[in-house]
Amino acid sequence: MSDQVNLTVDGVRVSVAPGTTILQACEEAGAEIPRFCYHERLSVAGNCRMCLVEVEKAPKPVASCAMPVAPDMVVSTKSDSVKAAREGVMEFLLINHPLDCPICDQGGECDLQDQALGFGGDVSRFADNKRAVENKHMGPLVSTIMTRCIHCTRCVRFAQEVAGVPEIGAIGRGEDMEITTYLEASLDSEMSGNVIDLCPVGALTSRPYAFTARPWELKKTETIDVMDAVGSNIRVDTRGREAMRIMPRNHDDVNEEWLSDKSRFVWDGLNTQRLDRPYVRARKNLAPASWDDAFALIAKKLKGKGAKTAAIAGDLVCGEGQFALKALMDKLESPHVDCRQDGAKLSGPRGNYIFNTSIAGIEDADALLLIGTNPRLEAPVLNARIRKRYLMGNFPIATIGAPVELTYGAENIGAGPDTLADLLAGKYGFSDVLAKAERPMIIVGQGALTREDGDAVLAAAIELAEKSSAISDTWNGFNVLHTAAARVAGLDLGLLPGEGGLDVAGIQDAAQSGDVETVILYGADEIAGASLGDAFVIYIGSHGDRGAHRADVILPAAAYTEKQAIYVNTEGRPQMTEQAATPPGEAREDWKIFRALSEVLGLTLPFDNLAELRSAMFEVAPHFAQIDGLSESATPKAPAAKKMGKEAFAYSVTDFYFTNPIARASATMADCAKAKQQRYGETEGTGTHG
Amino acid sequence: MSVRRLHADQPSSFAFTDENVSWASGQIAKFPEGRQASAIIPLLWQAQKQEGWLSEPAIRYVADMLAMPHIRAMEVATFYTMFNLSPVGEHFVQLCGTTPCWLRGADDLKSVCRKVIGEQGDITDDGKLSWLEVECLGACVNAPMVQINDDFYEDLTAENFEQLLDDLRSGKPVATGPQNSRHGSEPEGGLTVLKGDK
Repeated sequence: MSDQVNLTVDGVRVSVAPGTTILQACEEAGAEIPRFCYHERLSVAGNCRMCLVEVEKAPKPVASCAMPVAPDMVVSTKSDSVKAAREGVMEFLLINHPLDCPICDQGGECDLQDQALGFGGDVSRFADNKRAVENKHMGPLVSTIMTRCIHCTRCVRFAQEVAGVPEIGAIGRGEDMEITTYLEASLDSEMSGNVIDLCPVGALTSRPYAFTARPWELKKTETIDVMDAVGSNIRVDTRGREAMRIMPRNHDDVNEEWLSDKSRFVWDGLNTQRLDRPYVRARKNLAPASWDDAFALIAKKLKGKGAKTAAIAGDLVCGEGQFALKALMDKLESPHVDCRQDGAKLSGPRGNYIFNTSIAGIEDADALLLIGTNPRLEAPVLNARIRKRYLMGNFPIATIGAPVELTYGAENIGAGPDTLADLLAGKYGFSDVLAKAERPMIIVGQGALTREDGDAVLAAAIELAEKSSAISDTWNGFNVLHTAAARVAGLDLGLLPGEGGLDVAGIQDAAQSGDVETVILYGADEIAGASLGDAFVIYIGSHGDRGAHRADVILPAAAYTEKQAIYVNTEGRPQMTEQAATPPGEAREDWKIFRALSEVLGLTLPFDNLAELRSAMFEVAPHFAQIDGLSESATPKAPAAKKMGKEAFAYSVTDFYFTNPIARASATMADCAKAKQQRYGETEGTGTHG
Repeated sequence: MSVRRLHADQPSSFAFTDENVSWASGQIAKFPEGRQASAIIPLLWQAQKQEGWLSEPAIRYVADMLAMPHIRAMEVATFYTMFNLSPVGEHFVQLCGTTPCWLRGADDLKSVCRKVIGEQGDITDDGKLSWLEVECLGACVNAPMVQINDDFYEDLTAENFEQLLDDLRSGKPVATGPQNSRHGSEPEGGLTVLKGDK
């Protein structure tokens, strides 16, 4: 510990690493330092001056956020001069800040409000006119009241550093400085909502949330996001059973404190297009029905035809529901179960289908190859982590697939399997990079796996990983990036075709030929309705989307914010959602539906409550019990496969704002898509042409 | 200084002349690889020289040339008052209104500007003249003064300033620097001290 620096803060002796700022040392010592511009995850700006402290022998107060510690420094954060300095800074900040807290959305959770109360003076001495600033357009998500801006530049730094879309800037200077995007264009980022959290005042606020609620009247539930497979930690704020907004929670190993726009602004989709009671198709149309009627109809259809029943699990469904579905299908003695509604050629061993390196592990990697994946759209938060690693330097990145605009420099070395084969044969410069790297990473996207030759691509990618020291005793650099929050849990629980079972494509063919008579769509909305032929379709899910449109019976289930359930993210990290609101109307939690249905079918499932279900589930997948734990990384093993095809990789997410039924029900997401379209024109509305 | 905004009417495009392109690459070459953005000010300045003012397409053009985000170039262009974000006259008068010039009669010069040209920012119908009040240009010893394009015109009075504007307008040759008997900043009417032994 000899290289630690010792200093005194308010009489408390602390020892910190060299290079630590005074502000961090003060926090270490338990002293609270007010700040506006300083943020742990952004570069230091030092322009708000709120963090002034007194340092012995320094002629004037020191901005603690920008000053590194020196040995035997004596810092005071409570002296009279510090108090006077803070009051002075606060008075300057408030000179041009409007006194509109009663109509400001930030009211009640505003840094400026809190710090003015804690560190400011008691009266205003400023009697002149305040400056007024025109509001700026920043797109459908961020609402601006720029008169409130205190020029901390957190949003500017976030856009530049984390989001990687340097579009926000400060124009003019001095009193006339204004924060804006270039020509007031919408922010072209999938992470733009984070500037709302970063803004310490009410200058940037959430447009969809504007004037709908006050923070103190909301019930806050800490849960997990399912819009992508990252499993970002979120907080859902509800009033009654209505979701009012979604905010990120800090989890250093998953989302840090960022959140993608889809995860943050999808909440209005939770309140619309909901299935709130069972429906049964009578003649051509779906008619409301009671649970009993719906179950009775299903029992009639399934009687003696259990083996002709197939089930497909969707993208947003939970572990418990999938486990119950699998148990029900086992009881029905049907092997036709698949959780891969996109047709991805993924199955065990576990190392073949999870993100082995882990999200935090990206920071340790020293080379990266992206195969058929555009992480910017498939997992924006994970993409931010790649950018973070990229900014540290010495991180060569190559992509195989159509060239897209990522938020970091990446070399596009080819479009399809040929390039992968050549890479394997050592024909590209990047082969050397991979070979020389000590901890290279390979990320395979769903775009490369949902094809006919998906297993061959997977095999080639694993082979490449083995060849290039990506898999060793201390490092596992083979990664599959999922786009569906449900998928890893489904694969872990074995929702795969059993012996003689059909996969998703097989089920669709069999439904058309009549070999499969009943199809259970459990939240599976990405299956074209016509592909199921004349089969009897049971849809179990939360939203009236594609699956429900095709259904003959609809059983309403809970959305992810309405149940306590386990989701496993792409890293294989099980996380538990909490119930923020009750399911609407007669909708029920997913597992209860399967349990009730099994009883009507005379095949009662052996669990009567969630605890019993979970203990049965933990026997199949013991790691599910380790909530938030990462099990040891699993070694991938190349599956036997035929040759790869020729076709170039297509990306699995092209319409970022419409990837699932909840997002499709959200008016905000539609606005975002429209804004994107306006920016790029009809043909290029994919958001990848920055 | 007031809020500086882009001009309402923008041209559709901007491009450096061939000569300026090669000049610009010379400027960019002065900076090490990866630091090309450092050439932003000379390039914006050259763009302004070419067009007389800095249009939005010009800012974008220069930003693209330096591979920097458009907003970063915009920040620079709006920060420095030397960049004209609106069109100016062929002879652009920057009139110093800071204390020494003001005490020496800058207000009279302003009246002349109003009479001959119009309000600040207006361009005369013939496109020859426009004016702007600026902060100290550092020639206080020859106050009051104006800068017209690249040259200083000092020791002005309402009369000789109006004459100067008329001459510029009609294309007559004019003398730069002090407009009275002085050559530089020596005392008017000859030395008053250090004249020798007596």
